[in-house]
Amino acid sequence: MENAIKKYWPIFVLPTLAAFCVGFVYPFVQGVYLSFCKFTTIKKAHFIGLKNYAYALTDSSFWQSFEFTTLFMIISTVLINVLAFAIALALTSKIKGSNAFRTVFFMPNLIGGIVLGYIWQILLNCVLSLLEQPLLALDAKYGFIGLVILMCWQQIGYMMIIYIAGLQSIPEDYLEAAKIDGATDRQILFKIKIPNVMPSITICSFLTITNGFKLFDQNLALTGGEPAHASEMMALNIYNTFYSRSGAQWKGYGQAKAVVFCIMVILISLVQLKFTKSREVQQ
Amino acid sequence: MENNGNKIAKTVLFVFLCILAVGWMYPIFMILTNSLKLEKYISTNTVFTLPSGESFAGLANYVEALTSQGFAQAFGYSIIITVTSVVLILLCTSMCAWYVTRVNSLLSKICYGLFVFSMVVPFQMLMFTLASTADRLNLDTPYNICIIYLGFGAGLAVFMFTGFMKSIPLEIEEAAMIDGCNPLQIFFMIILPILKPTLISVCILETMWLWNDYLLPYLVLDRKKYTTIPILIQYFKGSYGHVAMGPMMACIMMTVLPIIIIYISLQKYIINGVLAGAVKG
Repeated sequence: MENAIKKYWPIFVLPTLAAFCVGFVYPFVQGVYLSFCKFTTIKKAHFIGLKNYAYALTDSSFWQSFEFTTLFMIISTVLINVLAFAIALALTSKIKGSNAFRTVFFMPNLIGGIVLGYIWQILLNCVLSLLEQPLLALDAKYGFIGLVILMCWQQIGYMMIIYIAGLQSIPEDYLEAAKIDGATDRQILFKIKIPNVMPSITICSFLTITNGFKLFDQNLALTGGEPAHASEMMALNIYNTFYSRSGAQWKGYGQAKAVVFCIMVILISLVQLKFTKSREVQQ
Repeated sequence: MENNGNKIAKTVLFVFLCILAVGWMYPIFMILTNSLKLEKYISTNTVFTLPSGESFAGLANYVEALTSQGFAQAFGYSIIITVTSVVLILLCTSMCAWYVTRVNSLLSKICYGLFVFSMVVPFQMLMFTLASTADRLNLDTPYNICIIYLGFGAGLAVFMFTGFMKSIPLEIEEAAMIDGCNPLQIFFMIILPILKPTLISVCILETMWLWNDYLLPYLVLDRKKYTTIPILIQYFKGSYGHVAMGPMMACIMMTVLPIIIIYISLQKYIINGVLAGAVKG
């Protein structure tokens, strides 16, 4: 069986593998190499060692975007998960029309980041100007709040779906047994429901963390990093280093920042993997 | 007594959820109402009012967006890119995933490891080199950008397919082999039909990603000739000076409406697909 399939590898594996090399492996390897080079195009690259990294790690705008991203990630993760869980609880409490509510709350998730960003930019700027406050692009504080609102709108529905699935998989017997033992609603929530949806909580937390950390489209469309890069997140900072500066050194700096960013994302994923593994052992 | 209290609590919760749902839909409703207004009635003061007799513009903004703003073209390119890429990804990665699951060799181990790794790497890491690679290989049109997408989207798809394929019993395939099927026949006549639920899930996840993707086509496509919908909308916003708000909002509505219609008609599949992707990823 195995040997028979093996002979067919050019048909089964080769198309995907070839495209994968073009679309991922080669650009990735070249990207790592170029982070040690000074270049404007790939052909005109020469090796300069760690200078790009030295610049990237001392660039204040990069660290400012790191702070902005981290703060955004923490606040949006907490808000999205708490609100999504609350809505999921409400919708699983045998309420009328729960399917219709689920449909409505999930919908923004299907709309792309650029379109979402633009819709909210129009809406929030109108609200701000009616309140006689500075517009989104003029005050980083409102830019931050706007991004949080936008991400809540987009992601609560998604996380809600995962939490509903988790809550529905709790065996009915547990809840009935607890009720017969005289547990209050509060006790049922904290002693039975939350411990039983722990897997969903882990999944959702990491999804929101990585989504927040890698956010680009929404950031570009809502504030574009204005004013003066103050609402710029890491992905947008890298993009701007690459494409909105002229000069031979910037592309190398951008590539070095991208490698640093990539390592951070990989670290988050490793932590996630560890969490998921340790949970599997318990079960 | 206790029952009564419970009932009141439920009603309060229901009313609250209704208000929340209306608020949830408001941003889209606002775009819809404004896209039906005449240009001079779209301003910060009037944006929250409904179109009235004098400000109502009918479908003029939509006609304008379709004819002079290049929406129809961008829509067409978005469809071409999404359909070709999704078909290619589904076919190639499911075949690849079957090989990786059934053949226990170094090649399949390396492939699988790399695929999983590629799911983690952020796009910013590759954007410059990927764009120049695509440029050099002439993969910069809507008709062949699907090869780039196959490479870049392979990770998630292979991961989801292998997850499911591990649960298909080997006996079915062995029986088919004894009956004289070659691996290609086994794959297309036996594995692919069993795979249908996962195919639908992967199809939905990849479609959502491709349809909304902005940065990859923006950097890879030959921008003077081709735009997709997200690129077109970003252009609107980026063009300084006067932005025609009416046609712009009409564009947004025409982008959002197909998504809503497809979502409502295929809701069950979409939610299951998203769930499968979340649990695996």
